[in-house]
Amino acid sequence: MAIDFKQVDFTYQPGTPFATQALTDINVTIPDGSYTALIGHTGSGKSTLLQHLNALLKPTAGTVTIGDRVITPETSNKDLKALRRHVGIVFQFPESQLFEETVEKDIAFGPQNFGVSEADALKTAAEMLDLVGLDRDLLQRSPFDLSGGQMRRVAIAGVLAMAPQVLVLDEPTAGLDPQGRLDMMEMFANLRYERHLTVVLVTHQMDDVANYADNVIVMDHGKVVKTGTPQDIFKDPDWLVAHHLGLPKTTAFAQQLMARGIQFDQMPLTEDQLAQALVQQLPVQQLGGATDDE
Amino acid sequence: MSQIINVEHLNYRYPQQSESELTLHDVSFSVTAGEWVAIVGHNGSGKSTLAKNLNGLLAPVSGKITVDGQVLTEDTVWDIRRKIGMVFQNPDNQFVGATVADDVAFSLENQGVPRDEMLKRVADALAQVNMSAFATREPARLSGGQKQRVALAGMIAARPKILILDESTSMLDPEGRADVLATIRQMKADSDLTVLSITHDIDEAASANRVLVVNDGELVEEGTPAEIFQHGPALIKMGLDMPYPERLKAALKRQGVTVPATYLTEKGMADWLWQLISNK
Repeated sequence: MAIDFKQVDFTYQPGTPFATQALTDINVTIPDGSYTALIGHTGSGKSTLLQHLNALLKPTAGTVTIGDRVITPETSNKDLKALRRHVGIVFQFPESQLFEETVEKDIAFGPQNFGVSEADALKTAAEMLDLVGLDRDLLQRSPFDLSGGQMRRVAIAGVLAMAPQVLVLDEPTAGLDPQGRLDMMEMFANLRYERHLTVVLVTHQMDDVANYADNVIVMDHGKVVKTGTPQDIFKDPDWLVAHHLGLPKTTAFAQQLMARGIQFDQMPLTEDQLAQALVQQLPVQQLGGATDDE
Repeated sequence: MSQIINVEHLNYRYPQQSESELTLHDVSFSVTAGEWVAIVGHNGSGKSTLAKNLNGLLAPVSGKITVDGQVLTEDTVWDIRRKIGMVFQNPDNQFVGATVADDVAFSLENQGVPRDEMLKRVADALAQVNMSAFATREPARLSGGQKQRVALAGMIAARPKILILDESTSMLDPEGRADVLATIRQMKADSDLTVLSITHDIDEAASANRVLVVNDGELVEEGTPAEIFQHGPALIKMGLDMPYPERLKAALKRQGVTVPATYLTEKGMADWLWQLISNK
């Protein structure tokens, strides 16, 4: 399901002394089936844009088209339920939204809210637990007895239980350790294929953008300043620095190599791409596969 | 140099745990005044529990904690908390003020700092974290990274002797994280601050003088950042990111390239590659 922004402005607390314009003239499309990364430095408007993806916020000017539904400043807050079912948002620290007595009931809450019978919702809950890589033994446990990483997976299962077509992830790996981060990112990549999802990832981790996204939207000061593939976005390091953005670790390291005189046909974004490019240039005797000086 | 924190045979279990379980088991270490110590470990290893024991938010089953010459007891806990500033991962849990400036001023009001000085300290602290423009905003309406900056400003203004950072840069973008680390270095230079940072971030760990590795509630290793970083892929199990040269080495190995076994810095790795390619 595609989401399209046309001339969207958004102002928080309009008409009050606290009024702050958070989005200005946003024109951007999130293509159906894409893995879109939304990047920008702290306070650039990413989270505000994100809340327009399922009409939690409505534009103060312009239109947001979500599938075949058009949201304008005049759109009534009624009848948005179906829309919210199609676009599932996993907020930062989603585990703080868990509330039920058991994992099963917590995951089943969303579907039941949308009119699914209790029996069907509980069946879905068990399936969703498989999908997020947790054991069905946990179904009857209190979500509050689980570890932080497990709680987050339960919360994500609750979003997936509504069978969304678009999954929006707001810094989903914040606070997880490196192994937990890797497992979580792999899980989303698999979910995308298994459930044919459009994924929108808000992140500060440029390595995740390089490794997983196929489309990137860059925001600065409430505006979209660039869109393109990761290759398009990361080929101009000076531009990124000017917009307070980092580089993938590999690209930053490739820059050091380029400064010494090593050349690349295409800017490497991941360590595997860099390793492949280097293999072409390394002397043959280095290609033995073993480890030196042991 | 004097010891500012001394922990001896600390054992801790949460109330819901059974008698045979311990979240912290026989943890002993000390920190010298002015030192920066990073505490690393995977999620659930007991790092945050350790931090909460240090300022008496949690009370140990047994063991002794001494902070700045005072043994931590029910009688001394308030004195000790005045000396320790803590910044948590999710600052929503610690905001109290209606505006950003009020929030930063909160601990100063509690300490009875005169109003003129308080206003100056708050303004200075917000300037240091680049949040001056947000002084009259509501903390709840800030972004995650902005909240972490405000929480840190509260600590800059309060001027504790010891600063404990519990994954306090995790919500910041790379530039924001570098800014915050630079701010902490500046605070250390200005005031001989002692810093304990609980982190998964390799750059934050690299800023420390010493790294302590916690696993399943036990202190399993300590060393300089360079000593710890030599572990390569095993670092992931310790809850730290792999340094980039180690990641690239692993990728080169997958391509059949022979790589050095010793730990290389980024510069060392670039030197090694350039030498091979330029001498071909």
